[in-house]
Amino acid sequence: MKLFRLRGGIHPEGRKTSSADAAIRALPLSPYLFVPLQQHVGAPAKPVVQVGDTVLAGQLIGAGQGNVSAPVHAPTSGRVVAIGDHPSPHPSGLSAATVTIEPDHEARWVDADLPADPFGLAPDEISERVGAAGIVGLGGATFPSSVKLKLSRRSGVDTLIINGGECEPYLTCDDRIMRERAADIVTGIRLIQFAVGARRALVGIEDNKPEALAAMRQAAAGNDVEIRMVPAMYPMGWDKQMIQVLLGREVPAEGRSADIGVLVHNVATAWAVQQTICLGRPLVSRIVTVSGGAVAAPANLEVPIGTPVQALFDACGGFHGAPARLVLGGPMMGHQLSHTSVPVVKGSSGVLALTQAEIGLTRPAPCIRCSTCVRACPVGLLPLEMAARIRSDDLAGAEAIGLKDCIACGSCSYVCPSSIPLVHYFNYAKGELMSQARSRLKQEATRKLAEERTARMQRIAREREEAAEARKAAKAAREAAAQAAAKTEVAA
Amino acid sequence: MRPIAHSPHAHAVSSVGRIMATVMLALLPATLFGFWLYGWPAVYLWAVSLLAAVAGEALMLKLQQRPVKPAILDGSGVLTAWLLALSLPPWAPWWIAVAGSLFAVLIGKQVFGGLGQNVFNPAMAARVMLLISFPLEMTTWVAPMAQLPGALDSLAVTFGGQHLDAVSSASLLGHVKTEFSRGLDLQQALAGHFAPLQALWGQRSGSLGETAALLILAGGLILIARRIITWHAPVAMLAGVALPALLMNLLAPEHYAGPVVHLLSGGVMLGAFFIITDPVTSPNTATGQLVFGLGCGLLTYVIRTWGAYPEGVAFAVMLMNAATPLIDRYIKPRIYGRTRKGDTLVPEAAKRDAT
Amino acid sequence: MIAAIASLTALGVSFGLILGLAARHFKVEGNPLVAELEALLPGSQCGQCGYPGCTGAAQALADGAAPVTLCPPGGRAVVVALAARLGVEADLSGVADAVPSIAEVREELCIGCTRCYKVCPTDAILGAAKHVHAVFKEACTACGSCVEVCPTEAILLRPVPPTLQSWGWRKPGSVPQPVVLGEEMLAA
Repeated sequence: MKLFRLRGGIHPEGRKTSSADAAIRALPLSPYLFVPLQQHVGAPAKPVVQVGDTVLAGQLIGAGQGNVSAPVHAPTSGRVVAIGDHPSPHPSGLSAATVTIEPDHEARWVDADLPADPFGLAPDEISERVGAAGIVGLGGATFPSSVKLKLSRRSGVDTLIINGGECEPYLTCDDRIMRERAADIVTGIRLIQFAVGARRALVGIEDNKPEALAAMRQAAAGNDVEIRMVPAMYPMGWDKQMIQVLLGREVPAEGRSADIGVLVHNVATAWAVQQTICLGRPLVSRIVTVSGGAVAAPANLEVPIGTPVQALFDACGGFHGAPARLVLGGPMMGHQLSHTSVPVVKGSSGVLALTQAEIGLTRPAPCIRCSTCVRACPVGLLPLEMAARIRSDDLAGAEAIGLKDCIACGSCSYVCPSSIPLVHYFNYAKGELMSQARSRLKQEATRKLAEERTARMQRIAREREEAAEARKAAKAAREAAAQAAAKTEVAA
Repeated sequence: MRPIAHSPHAHAVSSVGRIMATVMLALLPATLFGFWLYGWPAVYLWAVSLLAAVAGEALMLKLQQRPVKPAILDGSGVLTAWLLALSLPPWAPWWIAVAGSLFAVLIGKQVFGGLGQNVFNPAMAARVMLLISFPLEMTTWVAPMAQLPGALDSLAVTFGGQHLDAVSSASLLGHVKTEFSRGLDLQQALAGHFAPLQALWGQRSGSLGETAALLILAGGLILIARRIITWHAPVAMLAGVALPALLMNLLAPEHYAGPVVHLLSGGVMLGAFFIITDPVTSPNTATGQLVFGLGCGLLTYVIRTWGAYPEGVAFAVMLMNAATPLIDRYIKPRIYGRTRKGDTLVPEAAKRDAT
Repeated sequence: MIAAIASLTALGVSFGLILGLAARHFKVEGNPLVAELEALLPGSQCGQCGYPGCTGAAQALADGAAPVTLCPPGGRAVVVALAARLGVEADLSGVADAVPSIAEVREELCIGCTRCYKVCPTDAILGAAKHVHAVFKEACTACGSCVEVCPTEAILLRPVPPTLQSWGWRKPGSVPQPVVLGEEMLAA
């Protein structure tokens, strides 16, 4: 099994040992669950319940709208107590539409229509069920899975890659799920493979997870699912990096992996697919790693969607010492938590409480052009050059040298000896360019309105003038007629 | 109001100060060897260089009302002065060191806007300035392990301007050039002046820290192992000197010295591992650094062989520094999913497994 | 000597002729720059820049009499576009704090006089006589014309609150970015 050469990448300290050996345990229900209606890429779900309704576990509470969207389900049985704004898991801390459920602790599930043989279902039926279960990419991208499945089937994908990279430091949720639920994952993989008609299925697992590798190899024995060991490096979990290392194929810029005949899903997504198809369970919980130097007892928890992150920290013995920063997701691409009332959503792989020493950021210094960032960039960009251009407000210049190809993986910021916030510059520039594009669109629309108004005003003025002319002409005609009449009278 | 921090929330343990300190550590063996070889005057010269650089930079920053402490503590000014000191004749008078150091940090660096902004390697700019302005002082060499004066007598050498006719000796490259002008051929010129083993170890006349090829090589390997520099530029520069030397030596051995002579004399080794690897003034990409290093080597050889000066490293480095923006403009990494020109890849071509 | 003078004179005369012919032949009617600049401006003729409408502003820009930051409703996008066309440095620091705003009608004060409705350059105010007016926010350029004519001070320009879609990171090194989360949310 040949592995292919990768470009760039870094080897951050793993820091996984504190939670890697903690078996997954279920987190008890919180007094309230705050289920946001948008936990995925695409259009937000539309609420289909009302305040006061009683819901069952797994009942649809928000229906997907449009082509790219995902439905949202009740994580447990209980009562809908509010539908409205709640702080969302977003760096800004802004609120978003959320359904609040008060659990009744009876865990009554909706009736599921289970197939006798999951592999007897039509491939499209599997995609439909995955879509109806609200499954999204659980690696963090949260792209609706059924959309990917349908697209892949249409464009004829030959290889399914299951991403067990988990390259972010601290995170061990995928490691644990592979160790403990390998058989279910393999079933899920075979279901996905069947749904898209892929010729083969490969699972890429980093070499720093030997137990997960062994468990998956054992579960896959006898099936045509191939387990492959890949080197541990960041960002191995980037789907394109995984494709490159396993197949040596490169996805064209601005394209999708389906363009080159590959579909990539995360291991946790494969597990969720198995749960849906074989047990009729929609996506209402996920495994979350709780870790970081300020957490008393790091753990891997199975958390109902909508649980406030405070409950996760409480279940891990709270903090020892005040944490310097709370992070949702991994330390490389996750974002700072504004508040612990923010709920866990489908894409939350970890919640971290980090100490200042772990963050390890020093004061920014001048760039010495050491080009460590150039060597670290997995995309082949020139981070130092882009940041210099953005600093001097030359956003178009940064765009010209590849700003839009940046995946914001943070490798450059991680290695920078001058602690220059490179990714921050890039995300600022991307947002600024987007907002400029938006205001250009609006400006075009308002200009059209202004022109229409000017034209209308001119028309009204012209019509008024014409009416005045007409009146004058009519008056003149009348007078002329009257004069003529008078003349004839005189003549007569 | 709590500010939001952007990701990543973890950072590698590294800083500019740490990088500079590691480079200085790697320079230490060659420097100490130079002290042993040339005695107290060399120590004084080195110390004066460093002091002048730090004092000059601090004063400049103060006048500009910019923060002094972080700029001094990052060690970049000290390193520049250190490299300059290593490239000076070990018994040069104190004012050479002061003029060179001030020129390096003030004109070579701060005028451009400080660390990271300069176009030319400050140490080499200062060396070129000194070479042009004070040719006599800059080419008065001392024989290694000569009768070294004591610590007190040495003060007279560095600060008193005492002449050293008794111990002066020509550097190899200068000697060869002089002998050529007298109509002698290479064999006669080299006779008794070049012993490869001695040169490797560093027992030859030359600059303070440029002679101990092995120790410089060891320092360079430390930097490569610590990932502070990559092998590209040094190897390319050594090749750039050695290949033409080999070729010309094969064509006309009586006129052109071989690669060993060239690699082990003058500032080639120090230049390859410590000067052209200066991140600020060298290209960003590995390929760019190969081109840069090769250019430095070739120009060094050309200047040494056909130019007016016996040594060409400083000139070659400055010329290639000027070419760095051009190299960076034309040599860029290929962006993932795009061709070298920046167009998107054609999916059909990528669909098949690369084998 | 004479030959040199003669040849240089001949050169001078011939070059002069060529230049003269070129000037006559390739003469440009009017300044096309003004029209181009006007196309970049919002076109709502609001007059906030102090010039008589967008044509006047474009003329001033072309003459170099006005800075590229002259247009408040245009925001940073217009500054960048103008700077690129004129080949000058865009100094965004001045416009950085100008958050996008829109007009808002306070219903309890509106008497439905329709004056604002008549002056709005982009038809962004909806309503009829004796009815409370409303602002169509997609069309409002925050030019402020309506604010000036309102007899009851019922219209104000309000900054548009950030949404999850419009929120963006600030430039590093500028003012630290605060969490938007309201304190009342924290208490809940």
